[in-house]
Amino acid sequence: MTESVRSGLGRGPGRLLVWVYGVFTVAAASRSIVQMALHFGHAPLAYVLSAVAAVVYAFITYSLVRGGETARRAALVCCVLELAGVVTVGTWTLVDRAAFPDATVWSDYGMGYLFIPVILPVTAMVWLRRAGAR
Amino acid sequence: MIDVLTLVVGLAALALAVWCGHAFYRDQSTKDWHFIGMAVVTVLALVQLVIGVVQLSRGERPAKGTAIFVAYLLGAAACIPGAGFVSLTERTRWGSATVAAGAVVLGVLQVRLYDIWGG
Repeated sequence: MTESVRSGLGRGPGRLLVWVYGVFTVAAASRSIVQMALHFGHAPLAYVLSAVAAVVYAFITYSLVRGGETARRAALVCCVLELAGVVTVGTWTLVDRAAFPDATVWSDYGMGYLFIPVILPVTAMVWLRRAGAR
Repeated sequence: MIDVLTLVVGLAALALAVWCGHAFYRDQSTKDWHFIGMAVVTVLALVQLVIGVVQLSRGERPAKGTAIFVAYLLGAAACIPGAGFVSLTERTRWGSATVAAGAVVLGVLQVRLYDIWGG
């Protein structure tokens, strides 16, 4: 792996992705921490899923910053997981409203977050594939 | 008072987003003027943070909870400095795009802050 590819993940458009993933890491993490600390019993499933989302976001942010082929592949796998998570949780929240007295980051396909949770993994996968092709 | 400030910060964030979005469109990195703009918006967000805390200390309570209100105030204050720092390390149009995205995030935070305070 050459140095240009290694440092390329978080450069240019990648830098914007790092920023957005960073924001979502903070948003999902602080959301789940506050909700778990204040009233965990109210909607435990929703809060745990938000925490899972935060971990996924954090890992992708870290991979983008770190760079390199291994990190690129790991980030790609995580983006697939992220997209699967958004679609699964999004459908789940629509089908079984009773299981979610409170929203998660991925509720209704991320509608509360302007659908960015759906757009983001797709954009990131396009970028990661392109970064790998160079 | 806090509602007026929320509106002002929101509009300032929107203006910053358009300005930096324009720089992105013109294929330019963030310039000194952009950083002055970011400083102005950050100062506004810091004033909002201080006034928010003062109102809390006076015994006023946000409709959706104090912890969430403070978390959003802190996020709003940190948003633009964070984006500005990233744009310092990315001296291309994508640095401008990052600040524009940060300003949009700040705008969204203001809408949420309005809800959290007013209910």
